[in-house]
Amino acid sequence: MNIVVCVKYVPDAQSDRTFTEDNTTDRVGVDGLLSEIDEYAVEEALKIVEAGEGEVTVVTMGPEQAADAIKKALQMGADKGVHIVDDALHGSDAAATSLVLAEAVKKIGTPDLVITGMSSTDGIMSVVPAMLAERLGLPQVTFASELTVDGSTVTARRDGDTASETIVASLPALVSVTDQINEPRYPSFKGIMAAKKKPVEEWALADLGVDASLVGLDAAWTRVESFTKRPPRAKGTIVADEGDGGTQLAAFLSAQKFV
Amino acid sequence: MAEVLVLVDHTAGEVRKATFELLTIARRLGEPSAVFVGEAADAAAAAGSLAAYGAEKVYVVSDPEVTAYLVAPQAEVLAQLVESASPVAVLIPSSPSGKEIAARLAVKTSSGVITDAVDVQPGGAGVETTQSVFAGSYTVKATVTKGTPIIAVKPNSAAPEEVSGAGTVEEVTVTLSDLAKSAKITEAKPKAASGRPELTEAAIVVSGGRGTAGDFGAVEAFADSLGAAVGASRAAVDAGWYPHSNQVGQTGKQVSPQLYVAAGISGAIQHRAGMQTSKTIVAVNKDEEAPIFELVDFGVVGDLFQVLPQATEAVNAAKG
Ligand SMILES: Cc1cc2nc3c(=O)[nH]c(=O)nc-3n(C[C@H](O)[C@H](O)[C@H](O)COP(=O)(O)OP(=O)(O)OC[C@H]3O[C@@H](n4cnc5c(N)ncnc54)[C@H](O)[C@@H]3O)c2cc1C
Ligand SMILES: Nc1ncnc2c1ncn2[C@@H]1O[C@H](COP(=O)(O)O)[C@@H](O)[C@H]1O
Repeated sequence: MNIVVCVKYVPDAQSDRTFTEDNTTDRVGVDGLLSEIDEYAVEEALKIVEAGEGEVTVVTMGPEQAADAIKKALQMGADKGVHIVDDALHGSDAAATSLVLAEAVKKIGTPDLVITGMSSTDGIMSVVPAMLAERLGLPQVTFASELTVDGSTVTARRDGDTASETIVASLPALVSVTDQINEPRYPSFKGIMAAKKKPVEEWALADLGVDASLVGLDAAWTRVESFTKRPPRAKGTIVADEGDGGTQLAAFLSAQKFV
Repeated sequence: MAEVLVLVDHTAGEVRKATFELLTIARRLGEPSAVFVGEAADAAAAAGSLAAYGAEKVYVVSDPEVTAYLVAPQAEVLAQLVESASPVAVLIPSSPSGKEIAARLAVKTSSGVITDAVDVQPGGAGVETTQSVFAGSYTVKATVTKGTPIIAVKPNSAAPEEVSGAGTVEEVTVTLSDLAKSAKITEAKPKAASGRPELTEAAIVVSGGRGTAGDFGAVEAFADSLGAAVGASRAAVDAGWYPHSNQVGQTGKQVSPQLYVAAGISGAIQHRAGMQTSKTIVAVNKDEEAPIFELVDFGVVGDLFQVLPQATEAVNAAKG
């Protein structure tokens, strides 16, 4: 079983995330890391391969620093990494990202499974997995909170608002996972040492045969026109409960016409 | 006037409020055409309510194959309608499935897609959307520069306006590709209804966290006094105290109600990502240092098991 996991390098949510002059997410001036939700994707791939055999390849598209995301995945136990890095990619939207990732997956050699996170922690768009499935012509098995691979069939549980669904598809397939699916491991000391010797390839657009005019800020199908920082919330009233906290709360809600 | 396609969100023909909001938004851009995917028997009732909110046309797609497989068939249906109707925009509910349908439709039609819009207005380049990003710390305005704007819109983004449309029903036949039929939904276990408002649509949400220690009774009673939906932090969900479908936050629901009450929730960044844009925020927490207090309009430092029942009683008394 060969698995490709798409992992994204994102600005740390604990830091002050912001935009650059061209209205794109600042990925350089802010500390970044492997998108936490993608750790669940890596973990699931490792579990599947450990239960049988095969190889886990992690792919990221992003600036130089994005190599950190690959490193973390290799430390967790993935076998090799591919880093797609090219100045022309700056400002790419989801459509271009999915195009590049699809070409990368093809170049790696279409695996049995492509696994992604349910969404990235910066954009929270949840569109790249569906776009990848569309572009690669693979069955889309997304938002899996439980996954079993049996022979050439993959079965997933997908929890919706009104129902919990069972989705069945045959391999190869694209799967996206939620944070309900497993408990990602921490890299062990052994894992951290081993990661140093694992192969990481850097590919530019030319290596993928993708025309630079199809990606980047100018080719994006959407444009951020402006961004404004939300004004900080006005400091609220905080009372210590001295036996009438609930009454005070109700009085506040009445004054605000919620009652 | 050009058509605006609106994908209808419904359960057995009962149309959700968010769809009426989309129809209201659609009228700003052109002539609303609702796209109903579901059983033929449910279509008539749905068509009536859709017309009452301004749908001029109701495309009915009743082929059972369309809902037997995950997401992909609905994207094919919409792509076919984009081709035949040349709409000025396609509006889709910004739910997990809605965003995925939008994503595939965007690739199929080489069109720009925007998700999680909280406002959509006619603009210079066609349509201008507003989104809230980075856990609500920035407001972004965006436009689509290629193809047909495909916009996934969050619930509560417009006040639904009743205005009668012709509601002319048009049956649509679709031919699905094999690829669209590759991820089969083999079972759907319906969730038990709580009788409370739906989380993303509710005007008031009362959420409980680890501080409830597994007892949501006080949270639910307070919610019921306010007619609110009940939410939960991931800690409460992971502990098995409340269903995942009620989780608020980055990997749960993103809510933006008039009033959000957090009880026994510390206010981690991943939780904030799901509630920070709420209009009024209230917290009850034992720890005065809890980060949630940075967000509140009103906060009570205290034990939720003391504060909430007292507040519930006062609210019920005030209602008379
Ligand atoms: C990838 C990822 C995704 C995540 N997604 C989400 C998400 O979608 N939603 C989410 O909520 N979290 C999410 N988290 C988890 C998040 O980081 C926090 O762990 C979680 O929100 C904490 O829940 P909590 O506030 O209930 O618990 P805690 O942080 O433990 O806080 C409990 C609070 O209750 C207070 N308390 C205790 N007893 C009482 C009492 N009797 N009365 C009043 N107050 C009391 C305590 O003072 C404390 O502040 C995610 C994490 C990761 C890594
Ligand atoms: N630049 C990228 N490189 C690799 N994987 C990505 C990238 N962007 C998105 N993904 C994958 O797609 C998933 C969903 O991302 P999104 O659609 O941006 O929310 C992520 O969890 C990743 O697995």
